[in-house]
Parts: sequence; C-alpha cells; structure tokens
Amino acid sequence: MSQASDGSRSLHLSQVTKEFAAFTAVKSIDLEVPHGSFFALLGPSGCGKTTTLRMVAGLETPTSGSIRIGDTDITYAKPYQRPVNTVFQSYALFPHLDIYENVAFGLRRRRSPEVDRQVKEMLELVELTSQARKKPPQLSGGQQQRVALARALINRPDVLLLDEPLGALDLKLRRAMQLELKRIQTEVGLTFIHVTHDQEEAMTMADTIAVMNAGEIEQMGAPNDLYENPKTTFVANFLGQSNLIAGKVLGPDGDFVKVDMHGVTVSIPVSRAHAAGADGWIGIRPEKVLIAAVGEEIDAPGNHLDGGIVTDVSFVGVSTQYLVRMPWGQELQVFEQNTGRRRLFAKGETVDLSWRPEYAFLLDASQDVTAGIEDD
Amino acid sequence: MARPGRNRYTGYLLLAPGALWLAAFFVIPFYSLVSASLFDPNGSVLTGYKMTFHVANFATVIRVYHSELFRSLWYAGLATLICLVIGYVLAYAIAFKGGRWRNLLLVLVIAPFFTSFLLRTLSWKLILSDHGFVVSTLQNLHLIGSNQHLLNTWFAVVAGIVYNFLPFMVLPLYASLEKIDGRLVEAANDLYASPFTAFFKVTWPLSLPGVVAGTLLTFIPSAGDYINQTLLGSPGGRMVGNVIQSLFTTTQDYAGAGALSVILMVVIIGLVLVYIRKAGTEELI
Repeated sequence: MSQASDGSRSLHLSQVTKEFAAFTAVKSIDLEVPHGSFFALLGPSGCGKTTTLRMVAGLETPTSGSIRIGDTDITYAKPYQRPVNTVFQSYALFPHLDIYENVAFGLRRRRSPEVDRQVKEMLELVELTSQARKKPPQLSGGQQQRVALARALINRPDVLLLDEPLGALDLKLRRAMQLELKRIQTEVGLTFIHVTHDQEEAMTMADTIAVMNAGEIEQMGAPNDLYENPKTTFVANFLGQSNLIAGKVLGPDGDFVKVDMHGVTVSIPVSRAHAAGADGWIGIRPEKVLIAAVGEEIDAPGNHLDGGIVTDVSFVGVSTQYLVRMPWGQELQVFEQNTGRRRLFAKGETVDLSWRPEYAFLLDASQDVTAGIEDD
Repeated sequence: MARPGRNRYTGYLLLAPGALWLAAFFVIPFYSLVSASLFDPNGSVLTGYKMTFHVANFATVIRVYHSELFRSLWYAGLATLICLVIGYVLAYAIAFKGGRWRNLLLVLVIAPFFTSFLLRTLSWKLILSDHGFVVSTLQNLHLIGSNQHLLNTWFAVVAGIVYNFLPFMVLPLYASLEKIDGRLVEAANDLYASPFTAFFKVTWPLSLPGVVAGTLLTFIPSAGDYINQTLLGSPGGRMVGNVIQSLFTTTQDYAGAGALSVILMVVIIGLVLVYIRKAGTEELI
C-alpha cells in the first residue's frame, strides 16, 4: 500500500495457460513483475517464454487465466489498446518508412502532441539523430536494434517487452547493447520484460529472472540467488554449470543436512537442501571446488575428498578447467583462477578436492540429472 | 593483354541473344508500324503504298476516331479499377488466409487460361444473353426492366474485360502481398494501429509494386482489346481495337491503322508515365 503508484502499474499473470492444437505451450504460470523492474524470462527454445510474451503483448490470447496491469484486466484487450509495446526479435521495422517515421509511428497513431520534439529526443537517446532520414535496410544490425527499441520506448508503455532483441547481433555488439539497454532502462524507469535463452545475458541485465522450462516456471529470483541456490537440476545446469553427485540423505544436524556421498559424509545447509526423499543430487559449482596436491592443506574446511585423478586440463587464460575422476568413477569439473600463486596440475596427477559446505546444494533425486544441459 | 580483349567481346556476345530477340520482335515490327503510319493514305494493297511522310494521317484518325479512343481508355480504366478491387481481395485472401491451399488457389486463378480466350468470351455471350439465367434473375428481382438487356451493352464489354484480365491483376498482387512479413502487421498493431489503420499504413504501401504492376498488366492490354467488344458489345460502342482491326483487315487502310496504333501506344505510354510518377514507385519498377 505504501507504494500505491508503483503497485498500480505492475504486471500480474495469474494461472495463464496457452494451449495450441497439438500441445500446451504455457502451463498455468503465475508471475508478478513490479513496476520499474528489469525482468528476464529465461529458458531454452520451445519453453513457452515467447508465447508468454506474446500473450502480454496481446498477439496471442490465453486459453485460460488472466493478465492484469495494476487493476486493469488486459487478458482480452486488443494489442493496439494495451499500454504494452514490443521490441521484436527480427526488429520488424517498417521498410517503407524512414527511421524518423518508424519511431514516430506509435505517437502518430495516438495523435500525440509534439511528435517532432519527442522523436528527436528519442533519436538522441539511442544516438541515431544523424540517421533519421535513412530507411531501415540502410542501417547496421545494431542500429536497427536501437531503432526498434526507440520505436517502442517512445510510447512510454507501462510494460516494454523485448523478444530476444540481441539475438541477431555479434558477441561484442551484444555485450555493448546489454549495457546500453540496462542504462536506458534505469534512465526511463519503465518495466522491461526481456525474453532470452542466453543465461549470461539474463544475469547481466535483469533484477529478477524467471527460468522457464516446458511451459512452466522452474524458479524465479535474483540472478545470484538462482545461481547460488538452484532448486532444480534444470536450473543448476541451465544457469552456468554444476557438478551433480548422487548421495543418500543421512539426517539433519543443526543447520545442516548430512549426506553420504559415495562413502564421504558431506554437509549441506538446510536452506539449500531441496530434496524430498532419502536420495538426492549433491550440487557444487565448478569454481567452488578447490583442488590441491595430495596432503596439501586446502582452505575449505568441511568436505574433503581424496583420490581424485586429473583426466583433463584446459588452460583458458583467466582460469584453468580441470576434469577430475573420483574413486566412484564420476568426473567432476573444477575451475581455478590463475592467480599465479599456485602451480598447474598435470594430467594423471592424483589430487584432493574440497569445498565449503555453505556452497553446496541438494536437489531431489527424482529429477533428471541432465536436464537443462545444452548441446551446443 | 588477352584478358581485357576477351572481356570486351564476351559482354557483347552475351548481349547478342537478347539484342537479336528485341530486333526481331520489337524493333522491326515497330519500325514497320511507324513507317506504315506515314504512308500515303491514297495507297491500297493492290496499288501499293508509298512512303510520303504523310504526318496528316495522325490528325485524320484523331478527328475521325477520337470517340473510340476515349471509349477504350474509359472501358479499360473502369475494368482495371474493378479488377483491382476484386483482385486485391482475392490475392490478399490467398496470401494471408490461404494456408496450405495457397498453391491450389493460385492454380484455380490461372485455370481459365487453359481454355481459349475466344471460347471463354463466347461463353459470356451465353451467360449474359437475354434468355440466360443472369438476365432473368435480375429481371425477377426488378434490378433491370423486363425489356432491358445485358448483352451488347458497355456493361457486358467491361464485365468481359474484367473477367479476361483478372489473373493479370491477381498474380502480381499476390507476389507482392505474399512477400510482406506478417510480423510487420503485428508490429503495427503493437504500436496502436487498429487492423484497419495497419492495412493502410503498412500492408497497402508495401503492396504498391504489385498494384502498379497489376494495373499496368490489366490496363494496357484492355485498352487495345477488341475481342470482348466484338463478342459482347454493340456495333455502336466500338473500341479503338475494333477500329484498328477493321482498318487493317477490312478496309486495308494501312496508313490509318498504323497512325491509330501509334497514337494508342503514345497515349498509353504517356498515361503510364504519369501514373508511375504519381504512385511514387519509379524505383520499384
């Protein structure tokens, strides 16, 4: 109630479902996006994120459920009657209109006053003033992307939707545009909903990420929460990489849960244990695993594993990535920063591994251990 | 040294087939038509024609046949407009709503071409005849009087032209509508354009190349057509095509026929240039 002005324009999706003839694209999802936030819908292709976006834009009608902005129900409102604008994946710029007229399109349709001043300000914001009289095909991909953004942004929608807007750009330009988008969002203070399959992009830009998989939201939260404390194997694998090791839950011990991992007892904080049954997957991020020569003291009191054999070493400059075969046959990934203070280990060396208990997490054994691993 | 030399000749060599084609089927007939238009009008097939650069041929045929000329342009213009309306709706429906039936529907559009032009036009004679079902239905509905006809009227001629040239309108319209990215219409809707506005601000301007191509392909042959007038029209409502045809074949006034043909061509070229300029599609043609 204290933030009435903000709350009145936040976006709510409740139990929204979209069924197509052959399959269900979106399965009863609930979302709340506070006004002014940068929200990312992250998931692999075909997970329903674009369908969700199109329902918010009004380009698809939900099979059931409702969509509201503040107190206004927009579930069935026509796309041209809702305060929502979209930056399309392919930009969809009007090829017969110049950049100026593309940007002015929405204002002209609403017979907005001072079109000229607003368009010029917007072109300045996206640094395209000098290109105003060119036609879209004459611009580069990055410039077209900025026109698409300007064309949507100039209408000051309550919600701005971005459908993989950076997908067509090369890596370097994409990084620059990510920062640019974030800057503009902060500057104009509008709600951005960004659909992407690029987990790095989502983590760089968004305040809140909803990870979607097979039409459902797997987990939602701040980027670091999702990364550090994933609740499903899908999230653990899709956001970054994880070592997932089978274990048997032994029982609680204060704030920790004790788990037997192939003969070694490891501890996992209760707040990070998400396994319902007696079996679970013990998860640990590769950069949280420390590697040391046999007998060397490791600065990670807690879970200590010995008998690992280095099977692969990839030197990537900032870090070194090791694959270490454990006595039970599984290969674990280890990333070590190249601080220069420690020597590199060679293939075939026997090493000890260790991690601090507070970094591990425990997932339910019923989940597919390979969920969310991309083949690319 | 060999390379530039070879390049100099290969260009001309590659142009040769096209140039020969143009010479055989455009330059020579065109030359013969223009020279015929300047023959001495007193010549005949029996006595032969003399080239006297008789420019007065043009003034004569304009004086005698200007009403046929105007009637042709008027019929062709009206038919083109009707074709545009019908053709646009048809092409739009096939392009955007046709789905998997698109190709079948396109085949149906050109299917009439498998029958001869003459036969198709003759069958309209039966359809529009005084004893046909169209006339009797219209009479029963009191839309036309019991002693009125359809056959041998301007209506029948324009209807025949519309029917015969509709595919020439539909195909270019379809080709340019089909290329329009549906996401552009979605983007327009997203930017506060109702479906109506989105059509006039996005779909219509993007389809203009098809509109221009279709109207030209319909208007130009209709203006010179005489089959529809001959079979469906009245003797008093002759079009310029009828006049040229009878001057060439019946009267054998080659000079008059040539002059009238050249005038028709010049008028059409003039109209087309003005039209293209107005449509703002010079770059698209």
